[in-house]
Amino acid sequence: MTRPEASPTARTRSSHLVLVACALAAFIAVAALASLLLTIAVEGTGSLSWKFLTSFASRKAANAGILAPLAGSVWVCVICALVAIPMGIGTALYLEEYAKKSRLQGIIQLNISNLAGVPSIVYGLLALAAFVRFFGFRSGEKPLSFSIEWSELRVLAPGNPDSFWFVQAPFGSGVLAGGLTLALVVLPIMITASQEALRAVPKSLRQAAEALGSTHWQVAWRVTLPAALPTMMTGAILSISRALGEAAPLLVIGGFLMVLQTPTNLMSDFTVLPLQIYNWSGRPQEEFHRIAAAAIIVQLAVLLAFNALAIFVRQAFQKPLQS
Amino acid sequence: MRRFSAWYGGHQVLQSIDLDIPEHQVCAFIGPSGCGKSTLLRWVNRMNDSIAGARAEGSLALHGSDLLGRGVDVVALRRRVGMVFQKPNPFPKSIKDNVAFGARLHYRLTRADLDELVEKALRAAALWDEVKDRLGSPALGLSGGQQQRLCIARALAVDPEVLLMDEPCSALDPRSTASIEALIRQLRSNYTIVIVTHNMQQASRVSDTTAFFFEGKLIENGTTDLLFTSPTQKQTEDYVSGRFG
Amino acid sequence: MTSLPASTPFLSPRARPARVRLRAAVEWIIESILFLLTVLSVATTVAIFLILVRETWGFFTMRGADGQVLVPIADFLGDSIWSPLLSNPPRFGVASLVSGTLLVTAIAAAFALPLGLLTAVYLSEYAPQRVRSVLKSLLEILAGIPTVVYGFFALTFITPNLLQPLSSSFGTHSAMSAGIAVGIMILPIVSSLAEDALRAVPQSLRDGSLALGSTKAETILRVVIPAALSGIVASFLLAITRAIGETMIVALAAGGGVAQLTANPAAQVQTMTAYMVQVFLGDAPAGGVEYQSSYAVAFTLFAFTFVMTWIGALILRRYREVYE
Ligand SMILES: Nc1ncnc2c1ncn2[C@@H]1O[C@H](COP(=O)(O)OP(=O)(O)O)[C@@H](O)[C@H]1O
Ligand SMILES: [Mg+2]
Repeated sequence: MTRPEASPTARTRSSHLVLVACALAAFIAVAALASLLLTIAVEGTGSLSWKFLTSFASRKAANAGILAPLAGSVWVCVICALVAIPMGIGTALYLEEYAKKSRLQGIIQLNISNLAGVPSIVYGLLALAAFVRFFGFRSGEKPLSFSIEWSELRVLAPGNPDSFWFVQAPFGSGVLAGGLTLALVVLPIMITASQEALRAVPKSLRQAAEALGSTHWQVAWRVTLPAALPTMMTGAILSISRALGEAAPLLVIGGFLMVLQTPTNLMSDFTVLPLQIYNWSGRPQEEFHRIAAAAIIVQLAVLLAFNALAIFVRQAFQKPLQS
Repeated sequence: MRRFSAWYGGHQVLQSIDLDIPEHQVCAFIGPSGCGKSTLLRWVNRMNDSIAGARAEGSLALHGSDLLGRGVDVVALRRRVGMVFQKPNPFPKSIKDNVAFGARLHYRLTRADLDELVEKALRAAALWDEVKDRLGSPALGLSGGQQQRLCIARALAVDPEVLLMDEPCSALDPRSTASIEALIRQLRSNYTIVIVTHNMQQASRVSDTTAFFFEGKLIENGTTDLLFTSPTQKQTEDYVSGRFG
Repeated sequence: MTSLPASTPFLSPRARPARVRLRAAVEWIIESILFLLTVLSVATTVAIFLILVRETWGFFTMRGADGQVLVPIADFLGDSIWSPLLSNPPRFGVASLVSGTLLVTAIAAAFALPLGLLTAVYLSEYAPQRVRSVLKSLLEILAGIPTVVYGFFALTFITPNLLQPLSSSFGTHSAMSAGIAVGIMILPIVSSLAEDALRAVPQSLRDGSLALGSTKAETILRVVIPAALSGIVASFLLAITRAIGETMIVALAAGGGVAQLTANPAAQVQTMTAYMVQVFLGDAPAGGVEYQSSYAVAFTLFAFTFVMTWIGALILRRYREVYE
């Protein structure tokens, strides 16, 4: 009536085959990473030099450097961090500590997870309309401009572009618009990470503080937030490293691939490392591939330093909470 | 089993156990928590293989053939020695697929054979009448007691010789417990059953022989009637009369 | 607010009560600020959507000198040729761009989904603890590499070292090269999310299966993977969404601005994202038909990714198996 399936030993043998297949897949993933890093190291190390770090772009690969994109990356990422981190934490606080578990909150949550799936280049279109153009404000005319002279406590219009406190409306495609664009891109990541950090804080801690008669905000500010902060910082650092690697949305808002100065104020033109890498990689000449690889090494080094910082922060801050 | 000892890492859990389990009877393991009953049970069908650091010495044999050697085919062994766990663990599949799971692994069956087998196993586990109209619905929709009987049916469907049950009723309500106990008494004629239980009444109700364990040692072993009415050891007497444990 | 007792045994008589009314005001202000931040964050989706709709509408209602609509929606959806510059009149059949995107995505998925799932199975079911943690940090590195770097890798390694030795039909740019690079990029997404799903399957199910005499592989294939299926499918969908929206890799590796309707992996293709890059990098005058077309393309792209994300959320919500 019944025929036995393949003998148990044969089944055991085919079971080993699955193990081999899985281990092989893991090995391929590692091999891909290894060949990627190796390619970059082989192509790029020769071009790395102090001069490379401190020169501007050039039509000749031998003279080109990454000073402008390096400075640009720092500027936009600082702006991005200053905007995205407080906004992300604030939104997460509201959603986790204040919002009633209502339909509205469900919609907001779905919205945020949807945002995380929007391609970054599409954020570029929003940023172009909102920050670069102010939705058409004064389009076709010269932008409004003014600067603040702190020494005389005066707002000067039209502003002085040599001043650090020089602002235009609309912003145009300067570092401020760039930073805000990246903030849009990483905000959903920042919110989600902060929410998870807040959710991980045990309820009992909150209840203990409430039982002592603390107000809602006092509980959030003095109890929940400090407990969630190390995890939030890790999320923040991950968000900023994502911002450091973004090129597509910045390309949409400005696309400056050849910038021959470092930014001096929030309206300055800029480029960033990933854009510079894009520009050089896309050229047919081999020399440019080599300097692209060198720029990638710098980019990865910055990212690595950032992630080391994340690990350090996690360990430094988590100890007192656990013991 | 002879001079059987078991370790988790450096921690010895069982010390030199000598025990014979008679065929076609129900044998109960009793003893306080952590004394190693589950560990012993899990060695009989080598479920401990997947736990890193678990190791055993001594001998453990089924009908005279060794179970511990490296050459033992655990897949074949587990077909002969089924196991039911403390918490019901049906797969997130339909009732029918749960029962057919093991049989599909071991045999090539026609559809009619499979249906017949599923029905027989469910009847044997006294579940057929309750589920015969919804074999295709998810097993996780059953009640706890039904789920546990489904797990028993699932084990019976591969036609084992021995059935190991680790506290099969501890997660169930009294009514489900009663139906599973009735089931165990029925199954006795065809299977050798080893059941771990914390419940003295249960042990006395369902088992023919009982083994009492304490801190990794086998203290006493004998027919259930004798062990409960006139234990030879002081510790056994204290335990069965509820003075500790 | 209840007033505090005049003194308590623990309190110095000089202690004064906190300013209660001020505290309530502060509470209100803070809650309002946090609420505003939330609204602002959420407003971005709405804003993106509105801008895309407005500009896309603008594109479809543009009229030429003769008063005719330049690009009717029917042409956009029905025409098979996308050639805004070279042909006269320009042709705007989005199918070419969509097919480019789908081809690259399909290659990436064919590479990354099986490999990512197998890697996840290895991590969750087989790997010893130490190997597992090393492997996971390596995959994390892979996940942190900017996508433009993968584009570089496609041009300088995948094409010359893997594809061109295989067949002479591969030029500098090809859908295959970009697809493999995108695949490497999404691999860590699949492996890490699928691993989470696999590890969420309770050990008791594995035990139950092993106790019935199944081998480890049979347990994995027949119990663990089916039990984790919703999470695995969600990881696949997220990875595919990322592949569809990927920009820098395809802009570098997939082709030099030639859109064509093809399934040939050795061909050059242009994706929706790569076209947008071409428009914004080039000097298409703002407001011109070519410039405006990028919004219609963006809208199409947004619709694709939105639907994918939505399906993913639906699957997770509807079919998630919750284990204690
Ligand atoms: N997987 C494991 N790893 C390490 N120690 C274990 C493991 N499982 C059980 N133990 C230890 O083995 C001893 C016996 O456990 P067990 O056999 O489960 O006892 P019982 O079933 O009689 O309550 C206990 O001290 C327990 O802590
Ligand atoms: Mg136990």
